[in-house]
Amino acid sequence: MIKTKVIGRVFRQDEIADQIYDMWIETELAQGARPGQFVCVYTKNAAALLPRPISICEVNEEKTMLRLVYRTVGTGTNEFAAYHAGTEISLLGPLGNGFPVEKAAGKRVFLIGGGIGIPPMLQLSKEIKKAGQAYCELSVLGYRNELFLNTDLEKYSQVYVATEDGSAGTKGTVLDAIKEKGLSGDVIFACGPMPMLRAVKEYAAANNMEAYISLEEHMACGVGACLGCVCKTKNVDAHSHVHNSRICTDGPVYNAEEVEI
Amino acid sequence: MNTKVTIAGVEFKNPVMTASGTFGSGMEYSDFVDLNKLGAVVTKGVANVPWPGNPTPRVAETYGGMLNAIGLQNPGIDVFIERDLSFLKNYDTKVIVNVCGKSVEDYIEVVEKLGDQDNVAMLEINVSCPNVKEGAIAFGQKADALMHITSEIKKKAKQPVIMKLSPNVTDITEMAKAAEAAGADAISLINTITGMKIDINRRKFALANKTGGLSGPAIKPVAVRMVYQAANAVKIPIIGMGGIASAEDALEFIMAGATAVSVGAMNFVNPYTTVETIEGIEAFMKKNQVEDINSLIGCVK
Repeated sequence: MIKTKVIGRVFRQDEIADQIYDMWIETELAQGARPGQFVCVYTKNAAALLPRPISICEVNEEKTMLRLVYRTVGTGTNEFAAYHAGTEISLLGPLGNGFPVEKAAGKRVFLIGGGIGIPPMLQLSKEIKKAGQAYCELSVLGYRNELFLNTDLEKYSQVYVATEDGSAGTKGTVLDAIKEKGLSGDVIFACGPMPMLRAVKEYAAANNMEAYISLEEHMACGVGACLGCVCKTKNVDAHSHVHNSRICTDGPVYNAEEVEI
Repeated sequence: MNTKVTIAGVEFKNPVMTASGTFGSGMEYSDFVDLNKLGAVVTKGVANVPWPGNPTPRVAETYGGMLNAIGLQNPGIDVFIERDLSFLKNYDTKVIVNVCGKSVEDYIEVVEKLGDQDNVAMLEINVSCPNVKEGAIAFGQKADALMHITSEIKKKAKQPVIMKLSPNVTDITEMAKAAEAAGADAISLINTITGMKIDINRRKFALANKTGGLSGPAIKPVAVRMVYQAANAVKIPIIGMGGIASAEDALEFIMAGATAVSVGAMNFVNPYTTVETIEGIEAFMKKNQVEDINSLIGCVK
């Protein structure tokens, strides 16, 4: 089947925290989207060539809309932040492999999100709850200070919060929160900044837990052709037979044991 | 209306190809683009053994372009033949294999292994990647080194040889003439222009490799100029590339003297750029009553 770049339409957009935007887009891409996948979003600025890879935060019940929650960091995201309801938006996707939801079956599940890595946890949490197979589901969310998406996640799982400045929940990191609250689990799904993912990988290994982590890297094509977004892997990768896996197509979610971060 | 072009005896159904490194082996884009429509698929550079490439970040956006320092990550020729070349046998398009190496022997090993592959129409020798420190670029920046490697490869190659030239030289005509004199069947240009970007907030280079190759629309005027200069310096055919985003861009290269053109970075922006370029060239020819694309090659003197 020939895949296509599509034009979606912004349904609504709100700034939900400082520089954090929450955009619902009407698009047929919602139909096949799985938690942990991402879409490439293209700017209208001809001088800003490359697509911006943004993770899928949520899919509506009717599977007619995608929700993207992103932070403004530069030319592209600043442009997207100015879009209003009705604005056309160019998308490619859904790309990458999502989180292995089936690994939650019968397990005590930890969802760990840090900062702008929190958004993909929402659809994941929803689907784990819907599958109804997890023994219990906890979300641990780390922020600098201002909270976002925590009340959304509370609908599906028990939520614990950590903030760097201590303004809400545990003062410190997600791991500080896990320790303070005496939380434990069998399997981790995580997305967040690299220092957090490293700590999660170490924590999982020390506690004999499985961990699936979602990585990011600067991308150009998003479809596995340019070899821009690789990560170091323990084993030889299937594409280039070296130790560099393509995050866009082989990831972005990996078993933490398999990647060297 | 004829859109066929011929390079070193190889006939292409139209002059639009993919620039090496921007289209994988065709497999990655085959879900988006009907490869049968392309003049040729030019594959990602392949060496004698797998290369891991450079550390990340490997890509960065710049105004109207992008920098890359992938460092020619590739699976090596054996996997490439078994997997990628086999895949391309399913399509009615010409295959040009881009070959990279760190020594003359490395290149020769790949060229010899490709000699038995009957779906390889031509070889493109990458002596111009700015992101690999060992060898490679040295062959592309000194005329005598370029002549040496070209003549050594020509001795062993069973397919016609295209030498891909670097723009990071003082005089492109000197390099074009050196390739021609050493027996190259064609030249392709330009590879990327060495550039740099600094992240002022992190006070670091945007790329782990510090420098990278600039591509995209930002470099097109440089590329058109170099194709024009090379076309007026040599008789062998030229495949032109550098920031082609549309049929209008492609036609500039053709009128400057390119027999064929390649779409590179713009594949990342719009996966259909190749097909839209082909359709746009046909529309231009129809509108301007051009019977044969060959009449446009180098028509601007």
